[in-house]
Amino acid sequence: MDVHGNSQTSAMQARRRAAMAVLARASGKEIAARLGAVALPAYESLREPESGLVMVRGRIGGDGAAFNLGEATVSRAAVRLASGEVGFGYALGRDGEKAKLIALCDALLQSDEHADGAEANVIAPLRERLIARRNARAAEAAATRVDFYTMVRGEG
Amino acid sequence: MYVAIKGGERAIENAHRLLAHERRGDCDVPELSLAQISEQLGLAVDRVMSEGSLYDRELAALAIKQARGDLIEAIFLVRAFRATLPRFGVTEPVDTGQMQVRRRISSTFKDVPGGQILGPTFDYTHRLLDPQLAEGHAPEPPATSEAVVCAMPRVTDILGKDGLIEPSPQASADSAVGDLTREPLSFPADRDLRLQNLARADEGFLLAMGYSTQRGYGRNHPFAGEIRFGEVEVEFLAEEVGFAVPLGEIALTECQMVNQFGGSATEAPCFTRGYGLAFGQSERKAMSMALVDRALRARELGEEVGAPAQDEEFVMSHSDNVQATGFVEHLKLPHYVDFQSELGLLRKLRREFAEAQRKASMREAAE
Repeated sequence: MDVHGNSQTSAMQARRRAAMAVLARASGKEIAARLGAVALPAYESLREPESGLVMVRGRIGGDGAAFNLGEATVSRAAVRLASGEVGFGYALGRDGEKAKLIALCDALLQSDEHADGAEANVIAPLRERLIARRNARAAEAAATRVDFYTMVRGEG
Repeated sequence: MYVAIKGGERAIENAHRLLAHERRGDCDVPELSLAQISEQLGLAVDRVMSEGSLYDRELAALAIKQARGDLIEAIFLVRAFRATLPRFGVTEPVDTGQMQVRRRISSTFKDVPGGQILGPTFDYTHRLLDPQLAEGHAPEPPATSEAVVCAMPRVTDILGKDGLIEPSPQASADSAVGDLTREPLSFPADRDLRLQNLARADEGFLLAMGYSTQRGYGRNHPFAGEIRFGEVEVEFLAEEVGFAVPLGEIALTECQMVNQFGGSATEAPCFTRGYGLAFGQSERKAMSMALVDRALRARELGEEVGAPAQDEEFVMSHSDNVQATGFVEHLKLPHYVDFQSELGLLRKLRREFAEAQRKASMREAAE
């Protein structure tokens, strides 16, 4: 593959990863509601939703060698659009339908015809909600930040 | 004589039926929902996830409900459930440096970059029972203020820049990460296995072990360099996808203990460290874990080994509350045959004893 093709691939990968990060944090219901507003192409299930485990790893001291912290439940699914694009869905938890919806979004993002619609109608609004939730949490935390002050004694 | 023991089935069935009834309690009192447990008993859920070694809030809440609030029983249920699911693989190591911090404190630096953020904490409460809560009470909405976007380096990173603290051990290329759910424990155990064991260890056990080091049984002069709690992203390199897939976020508590010096003829003195990491907001657990992690490094750091918390075989073999409760509680199960043989032996010993006594008194009488 030429250099141009490589950078295109990595741009697509970055786009898919960013979308997955948003979708994994949304609820299945939220994703379904957003997808309801999009005209969906025909697709088939490539891997039926299934739940399992991943071993979550941490690092010794936060930045050293890896160790096994404990497991987490995860669900996954894969779909294929009639036009051939294969989408994968992974998310923490046991909501297999959510994994399937994520897979569908992932496939849409790879389709020239559907990518922009999915981005604008599904990913963008979910991202906005996610950012709002995150900002609210950050603002709550910020209010508990300690402001030390020093009593000035004598003449400054 | 061989006596077959049967006839327990009906009693067991009825006992379980009675248990279900007692679990529900007074039917005039509304039933607990899993969402209520997850939202309002969140720290119990965190503990069950940590020690059950399975991150799934809903399952942990279900386990707590089923166990009638007996957290060790709930942890047992979660561990048993875990065994029914296939493992897809291992995640990329989480980066706690990128945590969306909800709480972050340092007891070593007042002006730590990123600031001291108290977050939701019991610290500085007066520990007075609150009658308002008994009556049902809608709390004030949390205060907010503008979040300053700034880096929040780990305190150990700051000390590390000047070489004042030992660096974290890096992986050697040929060493696989140990997994005690796959291979049975053997000793000596490397630090990755020790941390995995401590991460799922009973909080009470770790607390007592950590406390013992503070009281002088393997003293190591700890400072809570940093404690942070918040969300980190989890990523999984899925082969069929071809890149690391974000799976969502999990809440973690991390504790960096900064301890007194190591060093040698060839290495300048520097602070040493102990590390704690736990699912959810589990601060006592993470702190105790860090104390015990440091204590278990005694041999590696050339310290005298003698205290219980420094003995990895002792700590790691007794830290797991599911194993411990299994062995302690199995004493309740029928041991009728074992006991009959002990009883027979005891009777024989008593007969011999009586016989010896009788002979001795006859000798005395004869003399």
